Amino acid sequence: MLHISLTGEAIAGIGPFPITNSLLTTWFVMATMTLLVLFVKSSIRTHPTKIQLAGEVIVESLYDLFEGVLHEKVKTFFPLLASFFLFIIISNWIGLLPGIGSIGIVEKETLHEQVAPDQMQEEEKLIPFLRAPTADLNTTLGLALISFITLQYYGLKTLGATYLKKFINISSPINFYVGLLEIISEFGKIVSFGFRLFGNIFAGEVLLTVIAFLVPILAPIPFIGLELFVGLIQALVFSMLTAVFLSTAVTVEEH
Amino acid sequence: MEVDSMRLLASALAIGIGSIGPGLAIGMLGKGAMEAIGRNPEAESKIRVSMILAIAFAEAIAIYALVTALIVKFA
Repeated sequence: MLHISLTGEAIAGIGPFPITNSLLTTWFVMATMTLLVLFVKSSIRTHPTKIQLAGEVIVESLYDLFEGVLHEKVKTFFPLLASFFLFIIISNWIGLLPGIGSIGIVEKETLHEQVAPDQMQEEEKLIPFLRAPTADLNTTLGLALISFITLQYYGLKTLGATYLKKFINISSPINFYVGLLEIISEFGKIVSFGFRLFGNIFAGEVLLTVIAFLVPILAPIPFIGLELFVGLIQALVFSMLTAVFLSTAVTVEEH
Repeated sequence: MEVDSMRLLASALAIGIGSIGPGLAIGMLGKGAMEAIGRNPEAESKIRVSMILAIAFAEAIAIYALVTALIVKFA
């Protein structure tokens, strides 16, 4: 039967801290991004090279995209938003590479459900060395927390006490109740950010596994195309939603 | 009924019923966006971005159902 794991599985450990396969892949993604940036940076000339042009196209199109939402504040938030986009898109797409999620150690696990000793069944399960970072809830919740803390920090920094008035308002009972709802929806952002990304990417991995299990040849190809598209859209959605929330958090409400 | 079969049924129902609302919502959003593009084709890029954002909100509900289904199934 198929073995599908909801979380990343530990493949090594430093003391009490397990190193999961998704954490290892996160380091790969970070290394890839850093090397790519250094490589593009070193090839910057007055007469642009092809690599430089490719880098410029990516950065400029992202800049224009976020400028449409944030207008003149785009300069402050562009580094964060572009990093979100690039990190998430590389993390989503790295899970589609062959070998990731399919190369690993086979571990035998005794099923505990059967009580009778003669019915003891051993199940083989594969613990992959690498797993897409965004297919692990820890990564996506971490990204969601970064986004949430940035929202609160810049909201407080630019609006000061006015920002808090959105949540705690005792001018009338209705406003107080609205403030309570605002607090709940603010924390709901963490959950929806984290679970949306995790759910989409994890569901994609499960879909690909199941399709490859049912029809191993040719049938998974269109689904891989679909997953490439989903990976792009989810990276776009995460960074765009952060941009939209940031732009609402730093603008003064007018009534 | 056994616990395992109940589990399968519960996870299937969770994702099955949970997808109805978001499915309808995404369909309506697509319809609205396409009508808007038909009326004003120049605004296509703006409409597309806000449509994708709105779809992401609707889809989040389906994702909650999926997460519930997965938790019921595996955890």
